[in-house]
Amino acid sequence: MKPMSHDFKARSEKALEDPVLQSALKNLGLGFVEARRQCANALPEFEALRDLGRDICDHTLANLDFYLRRYEEKVTEAGGQVHWASTPDDACRIVTDICRNVDAKKVIRGKSMIGEEVGINDALEEAGFETVETDLGEYILQLAKEPPSHIVAPAIHKSKDEISDLFQKHHAVRGLTERQTERSALVQEARQVLREAFVSADVGITGANFLLADTGSNIIVTNEGNGDLTCTLPKVHIVTAAIDKVIPSVDDAMVLLRLLGRSATGQEITAYTTFTTGPKRAEDVDGPEEYHVILVDNGRSTMLGNEFRDMLRCIRCGACMNHCPVYGAIGGHAYGWVYPGPMGSVLTPMMAGLDEAKDLPNACTLNGRCQEVCPVRIPLPKLLRVHRTWQHEFKHNSGMFRFGLGVWAFFAARPAVYQFGTRIAMAVMGALGRRKGVFTRMPLAGGWTQGRDLPTPQGETFQAAWRQKRKGQEQ
Amino acid sequence: MKNQKHGPRVGLFVTCLADLYRPSVAFATVKLLEDAGATVEVPKAQTCCGQPALNNGDLDHARILAKQVIRAFADFDYVVGPSGSCMGTIKTHFVELFDGDPEGLTVAKDLAERSHELISFLTDVMGISNIDINYDGIVTYHDSCSGLRELSIHDQPRKLLASIPELTLNEMTDSNVCCGFGGTFCVKYPEISSRMADDKCTRIEESGADTLLGGDLGCLLNIAGRLRRRGQTTRVFHVAEVLAGMTDGPGIGEGEG
Repeated sequence: MKPMSHDFKARSEKALEDPVLQSALKNLGLGFVEARRQCANALPEFEALRDLGRDICDHTLANLDFYLRRYEEKVTEAGGQVHWASTPDDACRIVTDICRNVDAKKVIRGKSMIGEEVGINDALEEAGFETVETDLGEYILQLAKEPPSHIVAPAIHKSKDEISDLFQKHHAVRGLTERQTERSALVQEARQVLREAFVSADVGITGANFLLADTGSNIIVTNEGNGDLTCTLPKVHIVTAAIDKVIPSVDDAMVLLRLLGRSATGQEITAYTTFTTGPKRAEDVDGPEEYHVILVDNGRSTMLGNEFRDMLRCIRCGACMNHCPVYGAIGGHAYGWVYPGPMGSVLTPMMAGLDEAKDLPNACTLNGRCQEVCPVRIPLPKLLRVHRTWQHEFKHNSGMFRFGLGVWAFFAARPAVYQFGTRIAMAVMGALGRRKGVFTRMPLAGGWTQGRDLPTPQGETFQAAWRQKRKGQEQ
Repeated sequence: MKNQKHGPRVGLFVTCLADLYRPSVAFATVKLLEDAGATVEVPKAQTCCGQPALNNGDLDHARILAKQVIRAFADFDYVVGPSGSCMGTIKTHFVELFDGDPEGLTVAKDLAERSHELISFLTDVMGISNIDINYDGIVTYHDSCSGLRELSIHDQPRKLLASIPELTLNEMTDSNVCCGFGGTFCVKYPEISSRMADDKCTRIEESGADTLLGGDLGCLLNIAGRLRRRGQTTRVFHVAEVLAGMTDGPGIGEGEG
């Protein structure tokens, strides 16, 4: 997916004016936030679990080379094959090569963010394969030719009406001409269409929520069961996963799974938690004949060695965006790339380019609500600050802004001059605005006054008033 | 060294917004501290905690301003300011600025230990649980993010407000959600910021309160500005002004005429 993060301002303004999106975002706040709160409150050890989750991830990252090699050994022992991809292009090439080698025609996909990150769908379509998304949300977006706007609920921005229209338009060729408007009827229609894809696909591609180093297993969690069918029905199963998905053992998975469902959707556990280990064995009645894992780096090993290591703990639950008031105002598409919200504002500059995504780390009030709910305690505001510091150091921020900040800091570091100047400025502002109490317009403060009034200062600075008062008391 | 006889010697960190915009908040702070038994002084060599530089990644200027604060407040038992945001910066972020500088780190840590946000200082350090003033109104309280999440300020202002006889506290929904101020965020992304402020105004309206209180002038100026733009007449005060009984003058964004 071509990053559009450089266009953040225009995209966010458009999002604020989109009534369908705005109504969807209101429901998001009511749904996920409340569900997570109830789930977290119902579990006395939830905070302790968060500590444990953080520690498991930290331990794994500190020994990532060991666990990755161990994972590869175990996959190989189980009859699977591990491929290493440094870049998105590498990952796409490996996947398309595997599909070509088995003469695949149809490829089905379970929802995976790494697939979006490396652009697997475009690569497969360019290579001439028919691809079908099997997660309902992703399927809707495939029809709409849109990227996901949320990492857990990809089509959260779509209304039921829009989905009815999409299905009617695209399913007519299959003889399904009636426009369905009921939720259950829409789901039934999607199931009917997707069933055909499941049974006729040659290759199934899924992501991974976790990779287990002790068994070589892949874990995916879903609520639709589409992941299971994608893993088991086609003759080839390809797992695409980032290198930070590996964890030491199944015991660790139990901790992280308990955190994941609760943090993501407020579920104690998702409807399906699926473990797959290697291809079909001799005694198995079904399963794929080939099992491939593509381990993708795409900048993660760089992050492992710099200030962003903590970000690699992320288990992609989406709690940070669910609780982010900025995401809640503009939705996911405004961010312009695969990962929206706080975690995306940290990751996108690292993966799509610091210059491309320079707005993202700044489009945050540093209110800290994301960190408060992160199941693995990633210090997201701190990481956004690191980006801001880099931007300032590398002069990626606007020259005018740097100049203004410099002028302000010059005076702020000289209290006597500062107090003299501010005393005059506040006296003028106070005199001009006292009657009304606010300014509705103010030169150089258009950013403030376009959406709100500017309250009038009282007119005297405290420093001046205090010295005056003390002088009076001494006399 | 604590001066037990005359109460602790407190240096008032005025905060730039109280200094420039609303001196009554600083005067209210002085009154509350003195009523609690502290001796208050106001060092002249202070302007701002440096947050605009810090939050925009300009660490060199942030360090210069941090050193200025450290110097100005070196001699006090406590440093107290009427803002969770500024005191959060002093308490939690100054130390991060002196990571590779052991000398700077020592003085920054020393300052951090002595520094407190006003309301939490009154309740948690001075043991105040009761305020002898009156305010006749239905108030709602906005939890400013830095105070709430960096300094755990939530119950303290509510506890003191509860001791005011004719004051009713009507909690708004999402009192802990950001109002969209965010320092320079509000002018860099005015559309998003205004939307967030607007959501806050709706929550305030729904609460049925006639007065909005909070502990940070930045947020209060933002919310008051949006309330006025929407034509809402909710009065807006810093919580210190109410607790000090200093609400006779115009509230934030109210005219005299």
